Amino acid sequence: MSTPTAGRRSASRESLASRTAVMALMLVLMIYFLLPVYFLIVAATKPQGDLAATNGLAFSHFNLFDNLHTLFTRSDGIFLKWALNSVIYAVLGAGVGTLISAMCGYALAKFAFRGREFLFSVVLGGVLVPTTALALPLFLLFSSIGLVNTYWAVFLPSIVSPFGVYLARIFASAAVPEELLESARLDGAGEFRTFFSVASRLMAPSLVTIFLFQFVAIWNNFFLPMVMLQKESLFPVTLGLFEWNGQTARAPLLQESVITGSLVSIVPVIIVFVLLQRFWRTGLAAGSLK
Amino acid sequence: MTDTETRAPRVVAAPEPPRRRRRRLGGGGPRAGTIAAFLTPFFLPFVLFYLVPVGYALWQSFRVVRRTGGQYGTSYTTFGGFHQYAQVLQNSEFWSSIGRIGLFGVVQVPVMLFVALVMALLLDTPLLKIKAFFRISAFLPYAVPGVIAAIMWSYLYSPQLSPVVDLLGHLGLHPDFLGPGAVLWSAANVSTWLWTGYNMLIMYSALQAIPQELYEAAKLDGASNWAIAWRIKVPIIAPSIVLTTVFSIIGTLQLYAEPAVLRQISSNISSTFTPNMLAYTVASGNNYQQAAAISVVIALITFVLSFGFMRLTSKRAGL
Repeated sequence: MSTPTAGRRSASRESLASRTAVMALMLVLMIYFLLPVYFLIVAATKPQGDLAATNGLAFSHFNLFDNLHTLFTRSDGIFLKWALNSVIYAVLGAGVGTLISAMCGYALAKFAFRGREFLFSVVLGGVLVPTTALALPLFLLFSSIGLVNTYWAVFLPSIVSPFGVYLARIFASAAVPEELLESARLDGAGEFRTFFSVASRLMAPSLVTIFLFQFVAIWNNFFLPMVMLQKESLFPVTLGLFEWNGQTARAPLLQESVITGSLVSIVPVIIVFVLLQRFWRTGLAAGSLK
Repeated sequence: MTDTETRAPRVVAAPEPPRRRRRRLGGGGPRAGTIAAFLTPFFLPFVLFYLVPVGYALWQSFRVVRRTGGQYGTSYTTFGGFHQYAQVLQNSEFWSSIGRIGLFGVVQVPVMLFVALVMALLLDTPLLKIKAFFRISAFLPYAVPGVIAAIMWSYLYSPQLSPVVDLLGHLGLHPDFLGPGAVLWSAANVSTWLWTGYNMLIMYSALQAIPQELYEAAKLDGASNWAIAWRIKVPIIAPSIVLTTVFSIIGTLQLYAEPAVLRQISSNISSTFTPNMLAYTVASGNNYQQAAAISVVIALITFVLSFGFMRLTSKRAGL
């Protein structure tokens, strides 16, 4: 990581004491952020009996593979089903959501038409709508048309992301030059062709950003599936683990599976996260523009 | 700092090869049908799954259930004016949930945003090394669903399993994280853990966008990093701070998953602990009209607070 010369010059004036203080403060904060994850890793490797009997921060008997076996075979392998459901909801939902947000944001950025600003402010209003306030009325609407307790009940509301449209509009204005569209039009390319073969390529990095935000929002969603689903086989992993966690008082042996299941369900997301972190920065920077 | 490795690459596509077919002599933009084709795939589900439920909740909140012929007669719903809203406002459980969440928000949101701001400023100074590690670690909790974060923390709060309780016990401290006074702050801690890094990255990205030249003059005048941070950087990234505050207000009013998980291990969280839990509990009792009115009131409070805060801050900044 390179530091500009100006920064280095002023840094040399700072005392060693303040550097140490800053480092110490940050290390304390890091312990705070990493401790629960570390605890989860340690706990996931222990046999159930050691959870209460041994120090929570120290490894004891290594039992991770047995724990995983128990986790994936419990109740006919329902955990794997939940994990797959989460993947289906989050990957397909974010995929469709990114496509429709990109088209809408692109049109709002690049096409001049009457009512454009009005539509955009409606979308912005949508960003502020608390999504949990939508879940209960949606449940009633969906139950009147028989959609409750189906994949659709969670999938359909998940594809709508006003924040995605907001980001897409910003990215389209910044990444797609007007002249390019003009020349594509003069060359006789239709609007869809221009969008899919020219504009979408220019917007590609930002589309990854939009996808990631929506993916995490759906993956982490809890209230909507809880309201919509009673059938265990349709649960996403969050709802499944919540149900198990509620049963640990009666069935204490479930505890180890809740812990191992929590670890299994956050590890893939964390890896994707770290690998794709540059895309987060793009989105968060755009989100902070006024 | 030139942080090129984290910037998204720009993909430059070659322009399409020229074609000799003019669509229209007049040039100009696309036709209305084409524009609609771009907008409809988003706006159709947006209307169906955002606007219609909002409208439906509003409509429901003005309905009441009546019965013909006493207790055992058939029930029907009819227009009830502001009856449901009057019920909400007279409901002491509603007010205590609002009070709890208000206390939570007044303490948790400023603490979280202050820590996020300090971290963002420190990451933006040359004082600190291994920035990438700090940035990723702090952002990591954002990848963890609220339910799972609350499960993780509930093990750290639990008197039987927690290494933290053990450790404090050695120091002669015996905190009860799940006690009647403490459990609200235990839930607040889960939210803080989840969202500090996210807010920090929004502020940090805004700091990164400030051109370095802005500091040059101040540095030549001998201003300390401290002065530069509070007098120059913070005012410039004020819009990001406003944005994170608004998002935090919205998030606080929607609080559900974290207290719902803690409720599984603590008897000090009732089924009406937060406004959203109250709405769900009322809806579970089949009183949908009352639940709709509660949802509408929560949404209204959210709007008023978000817009109020934005207006207040933009007025003060003279924008």
